Amino acid sequence: MPGLGTSFGRGGATTFQQDLINSDCILIMGSNMAEAHPIAFSWALRAKERGATLFHVDPHFSRTSALASAYLPIRSGSDIAFLGGLINHILTNERYFREYVVAYTNAANVVSADYRDTEDLAGLFSGYDPATRSYDSASWGYERQVGADGVALPVRDITLEHPRCVFQILRRHFARYTPEVVESICGTPKEQFLQVAEALAANSGRERTSAICYALGWTQHSKGAQTVRAAAILQLLLGNIGRPGGGILALRGHASIQGSTDVPTLYDLLGGYMPQPSALLPQQSLADYLATAAPHSGYWDNLPKFMVSFLRAWYGDAASADNDYCYDYVPKTVRDHSHLATTYEMVDGKIKGMLVLGQNPAGGSSHARLQREALARLDWLVVRDLYQTETAAFWTPAAGVDPATIATEVFFLPAAGPGEKAGTFTNTQRLLQWKEKAVDPPGDARSDAWFIHNLARRLKALYATSVEPRDRPIHALAWDYDRSEAEPDSQIADEPDVEQVLKEINGFTWPERCQLADVADLKADGSTACGSWIYCGVYPGEGMNRAASRVPDQYLSPDWGFAWPANRRTLYNRASADPAGRPWSERKKYVWWDPLQGRWTGLDVPDFPIALPPDQEGNPGASGMAALGGADPFIMRPDGKGWLFAPTGLLDGPLPTHYEPAESPVGNQLYRGQRSNPIARFYRQRRDNPLAGPGDDRYPIVLTTYRLTEHHVSGPMTRWLPWLSELQPELFVELSPELARERGIRHRDWLTIVSARGAIEARAMVTRRLRPFRIEDRTVHQVGLPFHWGYQGVATGSIANDLTHLVLEPNVGINEVKAIMVDVRPGRLRDQRLVQPSLHAGETTGPPIPSGQDAPDLNRRRNE
Amino acid sequence: MAELGTLRALIRGFVARPGGPQPFSPEGVQQRARTEGAKVFRSVCPYCGVGCGQLIHVRDRQIVNIEGDPESPINRGTLCPKGAATYQYVVNPLRQTKALYRRPYATSWEEVSLDWAMERVADRVKATRDATFVERLSDGTVVNHCTAIATLGGATLEVEENYLIKKLFNGGLGVLSIENQARI
Repeated sequence: MPGLGTSFGRGGATTFQQDLINSDCILIMGSNMAEAHPIAFSWALRAKERGATLFHVDPHFSRTSALASAYLPIRSGSDIAFLGGLINHILTNERYFREYVVAYTNAANVVSADYRDTEDLAGLFSGYDPATRSYDSASWGYERQVGADGVALPVRDITLEHPRCVFQILRRHFARYTPEVVESICGTPKEQFLQVAEALAANSGRERTSAICYALGWTQHSKGAQTVRAAAILQLLLGNIGRPGGGILALRGHASIQGSTDVPTLYDLLGGYMPQPSALLPQQSLADYLATAAPHSGYWDNLPKFMVSFLRAWYGDAASADNDYCYDYVPKTVRDHSHLATTYEMVDGKIKGMLVLGQNPAGGSSHARLQREALARLDWLVVRDLYQTETAAFWTPAAGVDPATIATEVFFLPAAGPGEKAGTFTNTQRLLQWKEKAVDPPGDARSDAWFIHNLARRLKALYATSVEPRDRPIHALAWDYDRSEAEPDSQIADEPDVEQVLKEINGFTWPERCQLADVADLKADGSTACGSWIYCGVYPGEGMNRAASRVPDQYLSPDWGFAWPANRRTLYNRASADPAGRPWSERKKYVWWDPLQGRWTGLDVPDFPIALPPDQEGNPGASGMAALGGADPFIMRPDGKGWLFAPTGLLDGPLPTHYEPAESPVGNQLYRGQRSNPIARFYRQRRDNPLAGPGDDRYPIVLTTYRLTEHHVSGPMTRWLPWLSELQPELFVELSPELARERGIRHRDWLTIVSARGAIEARAMVTRRLRPFRIEDRTVHQVGLPFHWGYQGVATGSIANDLTHLVLEPNVGINEVKAIMVDVRPGRLRDQRLVQPSLHAGETTGPPIPSGQDAPDLNRRRNE
Repeated sequence: MAELGTLRALIRGFVARPGGPQPFSPEGVQQRARTEGAKVFRSVCPYCGVGCGQLIHVRDRQIVNIEGDPESPINRGTLCPKGAATYQYVVNPLRQTKALYRRPYATSWEEVSLDWAMERVADRVKATRDATFVERLSDGTVVNHCTAIATLGGATLEVEENYLIKKLFNGGLGVLSIENQARI
């Protein structure tokens, strides 16, 4: 989420799917929308029917490409070069929306004289420490000048001429991303690139708007957050944020990806994007946490209200002003505790027990061989799912292992499915939709809410007599979810009341438990409880579950579910009006200032202080919302501006820069000495994550992964269904006729794909949908691989993730599975001259890797 | 699953074949939709993040059909092939409906009672936490955490379930590695 969050203030799509119909131009990139999000794509098609131009930029020609106005091929992993080219085109040809840029972005801010750009330092920003491979962002800050009242205020030059203003830095940073360079790095023909650049420019401004849709084709890279940043910069320059038909639509891959980030099952966040306290920061007391966890100007100045209410929701009566509202009980992070970093800790035996709830790391997570190895090092594992997933069965012969060698104790607990439990999903457009329970789950299957609720009750009982201080959080944890009366038509007596949970997430007064209607009602004195402040308003009163409301209309449908925050459908919508508060144009009218009523009004809930007049000056030295003026639409940013340049918030630089993937066929044409993201985590010291080196001719082919319509991720929700398994029965790899000819592979033949981590087999799909590129005077082939198969279910096949590696993007620890290097050979896996080494020393299990002296050596012990 | 005889009757009703009932035959006209008289529940598709509305039809406490919600402003009644197959995801004889236990080094599962499994899971969580919990780092910094337990999953679950996972494992037990599929 930091790509969007750092640029605009919130880690969510800025718009909603149905609003695509108002777009004049749509760029779909990093997404095969027609096949991965077909129903969302129908809105893009409706826009096209109304005259919009639809571009698809992708390594792989798909149904999205077929239905687009134009398809542009791109080498996987070069997206920032393409987007940087668009930014450069907009800047050098003066095609940006100047009034919007000057008023609503930080273009005019002057940056510190200590700042050095990648253009000055050959691919590095200032502040780089080669010893720790990290940046100190001190030099990326704004230049400040002490004003008459003694407060240091940022220096702005609204002429945008100051050589160190963000606008000029942007110009210099992207100056070399010319159409020729784009063609040379991305393989995209220059004429086609210019067609997109011109269309975006022509379809932005007062009268017109353009939208960008992306998915995991952008994010699953070692620089994924920066790719999203590049799109944010482009849309800010074009003035497309906060306006109808504009925006950036992040297409989430799971039913409640957005929900599980908002009410997080994440290691680094508490409810509503508050950071998890860290032992590495001065956050030992609540006061210290509140001083360091968020900016003090803009809306985040309300953090004390959010955090104290959150602690009240967790610890109930035990929380008081005298004990810092039990702040000590909240565990402090000491390192990266993300899933993939934790995988290495599992392999090293540091994790003893794991609970997997509706996820499938044995097939779905990157470097799946190592994932299964990691599971085998656990003392105990709990898997909850509807079917025996690859993860549940990682210890069986089906996984290619000998059960007698695996000590892990495994519990499989059957889970409830759709219609068998009540609760809320938050979709890709931040929309909360309540689902009714229709029937009880079968047999011993139970909801995950039931599992956690009953585990909590058992643990509370087990710890009841403990007098250890460390066990106090368990005693204190407020857990009032028992049903007051039996669920009608249910045989399950101990199912918790999930509506009570939603009421707590929304927030209520303490101790009266009167529901809160508005986030503004939260208090920092312990008199309110709230599990995630951004959801405040979803349950504003007894019996008023707005997530369950179902009143559709022809456009915004404000009474269909509830969109956070405060039921706003388009974020930052103050920017849909000009600085004086008037709509930019009649055609793009959305939210505006009504001088007669003295308030903001319009089609949507204004994302702005409702009575703050547009001409009100901000006081940048003040704290809270007083810092912002009436023309500062990005209220979650401390300066109210959209951030073209990010002085803080991202670990790998204030601006996106083209780097090659961790594995790449070519060098970095822009920065010869800086091939890949300098602070991505490569884990090079480990033996269990071998990488193809620069120009490694054992693995000369780029492989990218993608979804098919008929299957879902690694398949646990689809490969058990005969209907879907008949539609897509087996794993295939798409490759060009040129490559097929070169390797003697025929359409429908079996072939073997080999990476530095492992080898798998698939059927060959020889097709023009993939094409070779000429990059640096050589031919670069790409192949495309869906990743839905595994050894369980009714349709089985090789696991694509057995090929992928565990190099992590620095900001969020996302994996890089969209661009890795492989080789393809004709024939089945068993017919290859391959040895069967293992990640264990001295054992011979697991998928094979190439034999001979070229084979990467996975047998050697890791350096701990 | 329907009895074989019932299935045959259904097939006879729906498949026009030479000599079989024709669409407008008296027999065909008497056929009734399986959703007729069913109770309808509102739901949301469990697959991708688009959030298509679904209707779940229930008769005799059994789900008999799942289809797109025509009123939903997002999908207006349509569903993709996955969403349209939701019925078979939930009503499927391959579903695991009993709790299973696999002992260390065992070559097969054992069927166990839910209560037995829950008791042992609670024991394992407590034992691991008690053995590994850290109140302070060596320099005295208070951390109150447990880094030897991890949870994984959440993006396919309900918001309320996510809240309970984080609250119990992080707020109660001090577990830090709480993770799901979401990244950027």
